[in-house]
Amino acid sequence: MRTQEQTENELLDLAAAHFKVDRKKLRPEDDIFQKLGIDSLQALELLTKLERHFGVELPDYELQGVSDFRTLAERIHVRL
Amino acid sequence: MIRTKLENGVLEVELCREPMNEIGREMLAALEKVDLGGARAVVLFSSLKQGFCAGADLRELYHAGREMKPAERRKGVRDFLKRIHAFLNRLDEAPVPTVAAVHGAVFGGGLELALACDLIVADRSTRFAFPELRLGLVPGFGGIPRLKRDVPNSLVRDLLFTGRSINAEKALQAGLVGQVVAEGQAVRAARATAAQMAKFDPETAAAAKRFIKPFPKEELMREMELFLELFERPVVQEALRKFVEDKGPMPYLP
Repeated sequence: MRTQEQTENELLDLAAAHFKVDRKKLRPEDDIFQKLGIDSLQALELLTKLERHFGVELPDYELQGVSDFRTLAERIHVRL
Repeated sequence: MIRTKLENGVLEVELCREPMNEIGREMLAALEKVDLGGARAVVLFSSLKQGFCAGADLRELYHAGREMKPAERRKGVRDFLKRIHAFLNRLDEAPVPTVAAVHGAVFGGGLELALACDLIVADRSTRFAFPELRLGLVPGFGGIPRLKRDVPNSLVRDLLFTGRSINAEKALQAGLVGQVVAEGQAVRAARATAAQMAKFDPETAAAAKRFIKPFPKEELMREMELFLELFERPVVQEALRKFVEDKGPMPYLP
């Protein structure tokens, strides 16, 4: 079973790979939109990648107000 | 905005209006000009990288509505809806099989456009949503009756009442889409599907479609009236204002 830290790391790995950002520069407390430089459509892309990677459904409303990777990882983790 | 190509009996209808094929007055006029005559199958797709279609042009709706008196606005919205319904009904009841090849965002009116087709082929990046309730509205282009004929009522309620989006795999499980393919491959798969369907006797294909595909005429009318009734309320105008004026990375959607 994954720990929350593993979920966090997998999320950061996936975001870095998909948006071609240096993984070493991403930290759990970073603002997702600022750090990745993404817009709402790219956020949807990320949502789809996360659902497929973790095998969960992530309703959009669960992600509202979520700005940092750590909180996003928490939202994913509770659905694993 | 829209390009068409008829080849080997397959009519390709390509949507290409930046930023996301929003359906406003210009897009509607272009859709109305699409001639399905001569085709034995139709493929509808978007050539924009971002996705298939984000739905009605809410910015145009908001700005045009602000400049009008209430009675004039009501008439304008009703006329627009009647015209988009006429186009979607023509597509829905076309005597030839139709396929929507979708990717990325298929939201609101974009989903309603895809639902008018006989089959939907989606790539793995696709997300489907009816976000209208988030703005105090219901879908107005016939989305509820058309979605209801294809998937369980529970999923219709889920999508409508939450406004959330679902991915292509979930849509496949629910029966909303017929095929899910790798990213960037929806048009190729839809072309192959259309080419297969175009091989068959046109009269038989048309008869089979009339036999199996219900056309929810009365519900389509009722949905349009419900939309118009809800649209006039101040809560909708305020939600549209917030949506249009929001400059954040995620648009205002409660």
